[in-house]
Amino acid sequence: MAGVFIDVEVTDEVKADPELAQTLSDACPVNIYAATAEGLDIVEENLDECILCRLCVDAAPPGGVKVVKLYDDGATLER
Amino acid sequence: MRFFEYESRRLIEEAGIPVTKYGFATTSEEARDIAADIAGPTVIKSQVLTGGRMKAGGVKFADTPDEAMEHAADILELEISGHTPRGVLVDPKAEIEQEYYASVVWDGTARRPMMLFSDMGGIDIEEVAETHPDHVGRQHYSNLHPVSGFLAKQCIASTGVTGKELTGLVPILTSLAQLFVDRDMTLAEINPIARLADGSFVALDAHMEMEDEAKPRQKEILTELGIAEEDNREGYEPSEFELNVAAIDAADHRGVIQGKDTGFHGNIGLVIGAGGGSLTLTDAVRSQGGHPANYSEIGGNPSVAKAQGLAKEVLSKDGVEKIAVMMSIVSNTRVDIVARGVIKACLDLGKDPGETIAIFRIPGAWEEEGFKILDSYGIEYCDRSVSMHEAARRAVENIQGVAEPKAEGA
Amino acid sequence: MSILLDEDTTFIVQGITGREAVSLTRECLDYGSKIVGGVTPGRKGREVHGVPVFDTVAQLVEHNDGVTPTGSVVTVPPAFTKDAVFEALEHGIKTVVVVTERIPRRDVGQMVELADLHGARIIGPNCLGLIVPGVAKMGGIGGPAKNAEQAYQPGSVGVMSRSGGMTTEISSTLTAAGLGVSTAVSIGGDAIIGSTYAELMPYFEADEQTEAIVIYTEPGGRMEAQLAEWVAENDSRLPIVAFMAGRFMDDDEMQGMAFGHAGTIVEGKEDSAAEKIARLEEAGIPVVERIDGIPDAVKEKLGPEAPA
Repeated sequence: MAGVFIDVEVTDEVKADPELAQTLSDACPVNIYAATAEGLDIVEENLDECILCRLCVDAAPPGGVKVVKLYDDGATLER
Repeated sequence: MRFFEYESRRLIEEAGIPVTKYGFATTSEEARDIAADIAGPTVIKSQVLTGGRMKAGGVKFADTPDEAMEHAADILELEISGHTPRGVLVDPKAEIEQEYYASVVWDGTARRPMMLFSDMGGIDIEEVAETHPDHVGRQHYSNLHPVSGFLAKQCIASTGVTGKELTGLVPILTSLAQLFVDRDMTLAEINPIARLADGSFVALDAHMEMEDEAKPRQKEILTELGIAEEDNREGYEPSEFELNVAAIDAADHRGVIQGKDTGFHGNIGLVIGAGGGSLTLTDAVRSQGGHPANYSEIGGNPSVAKAQGLAKEVLSKDGVEKIAVMMSIVSNTRVDIVARGVIKACLDLGKDPGETIAIFRIPGAWEEEGFKILDSYGIEYCDRSVSMHEAARRAVENIQGVAEPKAEGA
Repeated sequence: MSILLDEDTTFIVQGITGREAVSLTRECLDYGSKIVGGVTPGRKGREVHGVPVFDTVAQLVEHNDGVTPTGSVVTVPPAFTKDAVFEALEHGIKTVVVVTERIPRRDVGQMVELADLHGARIIGPNCLGLIVPGVAKMGGIGGPAKNAEQAYQPGSVGVMSRSGGMTTEISSTLTAAGLGVSTAVSIGGDAIIGSTYAELMPYFEADEQTEAIVIYTEPGGRMEAQLAEWVAENDSRLPIVAFMAGRFMDDDEMQGMAFGHAGTIVEGKEDSAAEKIARLEEAGIPVVERIDGIPDAVKEKLGPEAPA
């Protein structure tokens, strides 16, 4: 079930990187990111728990992860 | 947490206080067997967590085991103040020469435990304190120093009790004072302690209450008594709403929610906080002629899911079509997180958040983000420039159609 | 000036590496408070927002050039709070703010009794601390610095509240009305607390900046009666205005039920909202019906000197 308030956009490169996936999984305080052998999984049911902390945005390469505020005309947290 | 009488008897017995040859029975046959064992006249007492047992017919005297069985059968079916008995206590009927009162309570002002004693036991201690004040002894004792017998001695002697009565009662009150601190009690009461014909003393009743906060460190005795961890022993049966909210709260450690609807009969759903804010807002809604469907509390930093869970439970109550979401200015609760939660609750139930949320008044941390969310769903909200009482008035007007403020002092 | 906390006050945070402590440490530092160290057993050598962490208070004092800090904010979990407070008191710390909730009252009784023996003062437990607007704060009261600045502006009213959140709501109302706050104290919501309204009155009495007092009260306990007695026995220059929440608990159907804080169980008419209100008003303390009615009530009490 996708998020009603928050969405996360991840580049293919970031998605396929298992090490980065682990970093993101460790960083996110609300478990939006899960690390698998193949790379990154988004735990959709936790998307709406996002606290806008930016830890994922800052842990990924520039542009790698964008947090989208669906309620704010699609405004994003990115770098 | 309140203990049943039969549990309290066990607690005081364990603390070295003389008790009768009582027995606890859950069937009338068991009661008969205990009475047979006692081999004499008995008292059959309903085991419920509420008072007024005598008046309600929950205490009966029996001369024979068969009579004990009959009375037990009746009492086991007798509801007292909404409580069904868990069983009956079967006591040997005592030949009482005199009755005394002894208890230990917390004095919140002195911040110490206090012993209370009277040589006029068996009746209402508050009445005795009013009509015969010199028959009531009080003695505070230190939280840091060990409990010592002379404290109980002073307490009892101040009522005029002396001689063998004094020396017989001192160990009982001292043990009670020790039990009170050892078991984190908020109340430890024996009324009456009876002096029997042979000069001995025995507890004919016991009422103990343990502080909920202390339960984690009293696991051993609670397990021994067979009391489950979830057994909260409220003074009343919790409603489905209350149990559901408690379950949602327990499942997620992020933030705190609470809900109560016993005694509330209105249709204004309240999703409110925090503790003091909830009390203030409930008063505010009523002062505007509003009829709350419930009380609730949001505290700490809850997850979206927790806020959603509370709002959903409130909206699922019979007769509740709309909710008012209001709090005092928040510092560590996030306005945007609560906004998300209450909106999701509406969406979950197929309701339009703009129509269902009568008013949203939570000023404070992350309010700008919260207002963006509320704007995007067309929800009526206000900031800190609108007082809690004015927000309540708007909620009442929206949900009940018109606010009828009660006059000051009404 | 202020009570219990000023620009020279130094304090420590016990349990500093815990989630709530990490957050309030950041807030207090941002607000200008002087936190000189923290204690979490086993975490010596760490730092929280630049504040050094020690295993013991003794090590902290040594690191502080042998100077004992004035205060401590204690966030240690309930099973260990008493021990932490004992440690602070035994080392001469004089103002101990206990944030932790759900501490068994026997432990609180012991803490308060030991504090008495040491001439120290405990605020709380189950409280958000205290704040001197524009100067410093001890605890999470008011939240992050920019939120606290919004609600708490310096002024002449001393605030005491059993509810942390309502301390901020009331202070914000006073700030908006141009009255401002001298010191606001969240005294805690438990049945047994370290400092009652009456016990803090002498501090406010001695503070030149404070010209009036506002208290937030609830049913349960005898604190309001104690304040009424204090007022009757002391010739105080400070007018007091009260707000009481929880009046709905006087309803028959609500008797014996617990709402709000642990200390708010109504049993017997003695503790009811109606009785308390009568007692306070008899002592010359008006009890207003609405939070937004507080500023006018204060201005009325202050008379011609009140800010417009």
